[in-house]
Amino acid sequence: MYKNPILRICTKILFAPIILFGLYVQFHGDFGPGGGFQAGVIVASAFILYSIVFGLKEGKKLLPEKINLFLLALGALIYAGVGITSIILGETFLSYNSLGTNAQSGQHIGILLVEFGVGLTVSNVMISLFNSFAGYELDKG
Amino acid sequence: MNWIKGNEMISSAMGIWNYWIVFILMMIGLFIVIGRKNFLKKIVGLAIFQTSVFLLYITFGKITGGTAPILTGSASSIYSNPLPHVLILTAIVVGVATTALGLALVVRINSTYGSIEEDDISAQDLVDYHDQNQIFEKINTKLNK
Amino acid sequence: MIDIIISHSPILIVICPLMMSLIVVLIPNNYLSWLITLVTTFITFLISILLYQEVQNHSLISYALGNWAPPLGIEYVIDHVSIIPLIIISGIGFLATVFAYKIMPSEIDKNSISKTYSLWLLAIAGLIGLVTTGDAFNLFVFLEISSLASVALVAMGAKKDRQALVAAYNYLIIGAVGATLYVIGVGLLYAITGTLNMADLTERLADIKNNRALTAGFGFMVVGIMVKAAIFPLHIWLPRAYAYAPSAVSILLAATATKASLYILARILFSIFLPSYDLINYTLTYIILPLSIVAMFAGTIMAIYEKDIKRLLAHSSVAQIGYITLAFSIGTKASIASGFIHMANHALIKGGLFMAITSMGYYLQKRITIHSLSGLGKTMPITFFCFVVCSLSLAGLPLTAGFISKLYLIKASISSEGLWLAFLILFSSALSLIYLWKMIEALWLNPSHNQAIKVKESPVIYTSLLLITFLNIYFGLDASLIVNSSYNASNLLLGISK
Repeated sequence: MYKNPILRICTKILFAPIILFGLYVQFHGDFGPGGGFQAGVIVASAFILYSIVFGLKEGKKLLPEKINLFLLALGALIYAGVGITSIILGETFLSYNSLGTNAQSGQHIGILLVEFGVGLTVSNVMISLFNSFAGYELDKG
Repeated sequence: MNWIKGNEMISSAMGIWNYWIVFILMMIGLFIVIGRKNFLKKIVGLAIFQTSVFLLYITFGKITGGTAPILTGSASSIYSNPLPHVLILTAIVVGVATTALGLALVVRINSTYGSIEEDDISAQDLVDYHDQNQIFEKINTKLNK
Repeated sequence: MIDIIISHSPILIVICPLMMSLIVVLIPNNYLSWLITLVTTFITFLISILLYQEVQNHSLISYALGNWAPPLGIEYVIDHVSIIPLIIISGIGFLATVFAYKIMPSEIDKNSISKTYSLWLLAIAGLIGLVTTGDAFNLFVFLEISSLASVALVAMGAKKDRQALVAAYNYLIIGAVGATLYVIGVGLLYAITGTLNMADLTERLADIKNNRALTAGFGFMVVGIMVKAAIFPLHIWLPRAYAYAPSAVSILLAATATKASLYILARILFSIFLPSYDLINYTLTYIILPLSIVAMFAGTIMAIYEKDIKRLLAHSSVAQIGYITLAFSIGTKASIASGFIHMANHALIKGGLFMAITSMGYYLQKRITIHSLSGLGKTMPITFFCFVVCSLSLAGLPLTAGFISKLYLIKASISSEGLWLAFLILFSSALSLIYLWKMIEALWLNPSHNQAIKVKESPVIYTSLLLITFLNIYFGLDASLIVNSSYNASNLLLGISK
């Protein structure tokens, strides 16, 4: 934890633009470099920066552990859910053609949802990894 | 005509210089995994080994004169192969998971054993093994009396 | 409803444990997480039985993911060859889950039990995906999923014995190197042929001869899979990982993890690279055959000198894997079939042995060694009976399942290589009787120094144990199910060219 006011103020100013940039990378994944994994790591870095500068307890107040675990599982379940949806709609697993009105919009929706699920899981995994490594000595007492 | 053949060999070797880099990195990584006794250094060696494999795949994907595989509307562009990039994204995430799991194990080993050098840990395990054997000998002699 | 399940079953059998593992991690109640795991593994086993019936009718089920037709897209293939490890993995997963009800809470911290069951389901999902997929890179992904989940499961045994952490670390490093070598091989093959689909690779590799990248790719793939399948020089991670893991995890891993990798080895050697006949011949005769013979003897001799029972059984696993690779390396139709027969029987034998040892250790509450086993045979007669039956099966005595697999193996080796190989197989089986007798003598003939233990044998533990022992005896008397499936498998693998 750092008490230096410059670090604290800069972190608070930077937090929102980092997440915004992460969302930009996420949704431009099919037009340029980007996608779920990269965006998840960028969003996680915002939370990790906050935990480093303000302390682990503040970081856990920002994103409690139970919500972390829940979002982690939810992201991967969204991915599998898209697959199961296409099974229910009659096609094979993970075929995006049936999700929209024509094949092109179906592919667009499918890729968006799948990458969103991946981004959600990856960011929560990175935050959870940081919390367990940094909080290890504190947990053991 | 040894110098002509030597020139040919050097130019054909320089033509595949990226494969040379891949295999040198691969051997460096493999040597660190096998030859270093510190657990943390082994994980670093494994990461270098996996990085060289990523470079190998991306080298396969590049086509001479090809540009990035994103549709820009001009009809006659040559595009590099996008499939290796997708494979490497998957492999990078697998590598991250492996590194994270390895580091978590190293943290636990450090807190239980007190060190992350392979020699220290083997010595401590050997002491445990001998202690257990001594207890068994005592039980055996008590039974056989 | 049943039609939907049948037509989508190749992907449902992988997705069902995977999704349930994500749900189990969120549930804090231990009993509920065990119940969900049990139901999931039971449903997986039922789907695999359904798939077995389908394969008998159609002989190849191909499922294209995302509606992309096979050479472009990822396809899941279930045929006669992959149905054998599929049934082994789902069946043993179910039996081990039944067995783990009492065993897990005694060895793992109470707050981590639902996370352990989540990893358990993830490992089963990874192994099932491994045998179902028909795409070479997808195989790497499932290989790493199952391997990382197994490493984490092995490390859960650290509460009982801290050496589990070092064993898990070794397993991680060696396993990751092996998987990366496999990926290098796949990359080289992709560079030559341009496809990753296994059936398409077979066709395109038929036209390419004498290519150095082909030989290099083949070598990398085979060595990578040899690390995962614990074939002789690269088996170092196996004894300690299986010895220090929690007991329920040892049962699951010892019976399933290496079988999936041996199936991949059979696929690579006989299905993908079948056209390159002299390369395969050279590898089998000069590399895999000698290594298998050394593995048979090295595993048995290391097991004779071991005092820790679980490590002893793990060394004997190395020897049995030597038998399976010996069967593959002889290379005729009969010997490959006997390899698959032994794959199925060994899962039953090792599962039974580990279950018997675990139930004895459960009542002892400490590390099981030869000394601590003294006299337990008299206080726990049912467990002792199951242990003796499984040991006789391991040694290959008649009326048990092990006898059938040794019989077919010896018949195949006599008809193609000659008597010297059969003699070596019989000799190492006789050597395995030494360590089995050591354990049985300690259990029955030694005086008991654990008089104070009042043992109430619990029915939950005994259900799985008696079921596996019954299966051992049943497949020893009527082995037609396993033998017919294995002959179908080897006919499909070798095709018309042999």
